[in-house]
Amino acid sequence: MATTRSRSAKSAENGVAKGAETLPYDRDTLIGFSRTMTTIRLFEEAAQKAFRQGKIGGYLHLYIGQEALALGFLHEYRPGDKIITAYRDHAHALILGATPREVMAELYGKGTGLVKGKGGSMHLFDVKNGFWGGYGIVGGHIPLGVGFAYAQAYQKSGAMTQLYFGDGSIHNGAFHEAANLAGLWGREGMNPCLFVLENNKYGMGTSVQRATAMTDLSEKFDSYAIEHEDVDANDLFAVLECAQRVTKKIRETGTPYGIEAQTYRVTAHGAADFLERYRGKEEVAEARKHDPINRYEHRLLEMGVATEADLEAIRAEAKAVADDAVKFAEESPEPDLSELYTDVLAD
Amino acid sequence: MPVMTYREALRSAMAEEMERDESVVLLGEDIGVYGGTHLVTDGLIDKFGDKRVIDTPIAEGGFTGAALGMAMTGMRPIVEMMTWNFSFQAVDQIIQNAAKVRYFSGGQVTVPLVIRGPNGGGVQLSAQHTHSLEGFYGHFPGIKVVSPVTPHDAKGMMLTAIRDNNPIIFMEAGALYGAKGEVPEGDYTVPFGKARIAREGTDVTLISYGRQVPLLEKVAETLEGEGVSAEVIDLRSIRPFDTETIVNSVRKTHRAVVVQEQWRWFSVASEVAAVIQEQAFDDLDAPVERVSGAEVPAPYARNLELAAFPSVDQIAAAARRVLYREN
Repeated sequence: MATTRSRSAKSAENGVAKGAETLPYDRDTLIGFSRTMTTIRLFEEAAQKAFRQGKIGGYLHLYIGQEALALGFLHEYRPGDKIITAYRDHAHALILGATPREVMAELYGKGTGLVKGKGGSMHLFDVKNGFWGGYGIVGGHIPLGVGFAYAQAYQKSGAMTQLYFGDGSIHNGAFHEAANLAGLWGREGMNPCLFVLENNKYGMGTSVQRATAMTDLSEKFDSYAIEHEDVDANDLFAVLECAQRVTKKIRETGTPYGIEAQTYRVTAHGAADFLERYRGKEEVAEARKHDPINRYEHRLLEMGVATEADLEAIRAEAKAVADDAVKFAEESPEPDLSELYTDVLAD
Repeated sequence: MPVMTYREALRSAMAEEMERDESVVLLGEDIGVYGGTHLVTDGLIDKFGDKRVIDTPIAEGGFTGAALGMAMTGMRPIVEMMTWNFSFQAVDQIIQNAAKVRYFSGGQVTVPLVIRGPNGGGVQLSAQHTHSLEGFYGHFPGIKVVSPVTPHDAKGMMLTAIRDNNPIIFMEAGALYGAKGEVPEGDYTVPFGKARIAREGTDVTLISYGRQVPLLEKVAETLEGEGVSAEVIDLRSIRPFDTETIVNSVRKTHRAVVVQEQWRWFSVASEVAAVIQEQAFDDLDAPVERVSGAEVPAPYARNLELAAFPSVDQIAAAARRVLYREN
């Protein structure tokens, strides 16, 4: 469930207005945010359906209910930046510019997929658009992101890394070893890395409270002298404001920054998990009231930026995009068998 | 030709390539200010600065993963494992990420990463500090595994490693850091996947790599005194693997002994023996013998340690068995 804690309130006190009236977004951009989030939602619902029909294999981890989080931070993506996340990665890839067709085809294991059918849901990569994966081992990708940031500083590129990871991975040694390096290297401006802790409250079926005695997760950044704050990540405007401010600071200083992005995983851990013994239906129902898309649409209506008819049109359009992606994936050929042995080693 | 130690050969390869290529950086524990536990990187921080010779905290998973991130994004990092024993802390990064990311990204990523350090035992470091991990790392597709034994190969293969666009597991003969040998001046490379015939012979083929190769040369001298001409093959590279040199030698000698410090089961020697029976079965006059480390964690006491690793006597006995000169 989304909550706003003291540190995100602090950002409002800093004088950055949060109302759309003073936000630097025109109507097209605001409508575009709605379109992006709705497309991701309907894309993933279509994927979930296909998974249940047995058309998608392996694992399928959905981002439903967390869309505003990735969208808000990735709005600050600039060419040269590098984005890395774990296996709940569809939204990140789509926001950065991978097409719904190639992402869906990847989920279907088709040769037209984003990584040629070699990775599946957990290993989306779209390097040309700044998306550097897509990793399946909890916590294992975190050191890579810190390395990206070192290279960006070393190469004097002016670019930065956005490193996403879940609340389940913050207990893994890889986070602590990597965060320690980031803090250390950042002292000399050698680590322009935004750590985005996606706190969706569960690592598989284990809640934050059952995984650690220190449940204020962002406090863990203090151990490594990494400045941090929390944000209500189901409030797109809050995320956008936070992202704009902290990415500017990171680019200027070359130091890492930590965000604990509060959200909630309304779907099961993976699409194959039906029994949710670890939480009650009431809890999920309550969380759904804070759905980021509903909240955002409500704001658009409130501000007079969009009408109910506009939103209906966006939903219809998104549905068509998702349907088209499914059709494309279903009609695409499987990878050629000659692909089995390619991409193992580089020349 | 200049003579230098194995250690100096490695250092000169890295220093020369760092002069040529700014994307080459070093990371590891105490490789900078301290000079390197084994002094392989001694003096490099003074020459190249602390942004290129990066002293890390003792956290192999973290810095190996970070180096991998650098390798994916335009740099050519060389990670020092103070010893390969510590690489178990980084296995998730090496196997799950470095070896696979090119494949599961559909070829979008290249990983020019070298991980180097001393491997093997022989200096009484006991169980946790004594491993020969060629077979372990050699198991995984997506990485290359090499093990040079001469200063000549140490430099030439290090230059090949740094210029390769793949993750390289570079296993040094730690016990031989001080051993001297001729090293050509200037830039030269020794390719991977090409074994070296360390000594030519006609009666039996002795095969190994790394620290065992000098041992095989001693065995060959012993056998010479018995009227047996032994050929000694230094594999140099475990993956890719030079099948041709091995098979050609066995076709000539009809007998083979494979020697390794590591444990026998599921090992490099097992693979060599399998390749020989697949490709030179009709040429064999005796079953292939394997001489391996004792199936125990490495012991501390000197006499126990010596008993745990292949010896001249054990290897010579194995050679005599394949020659039917001894039971």
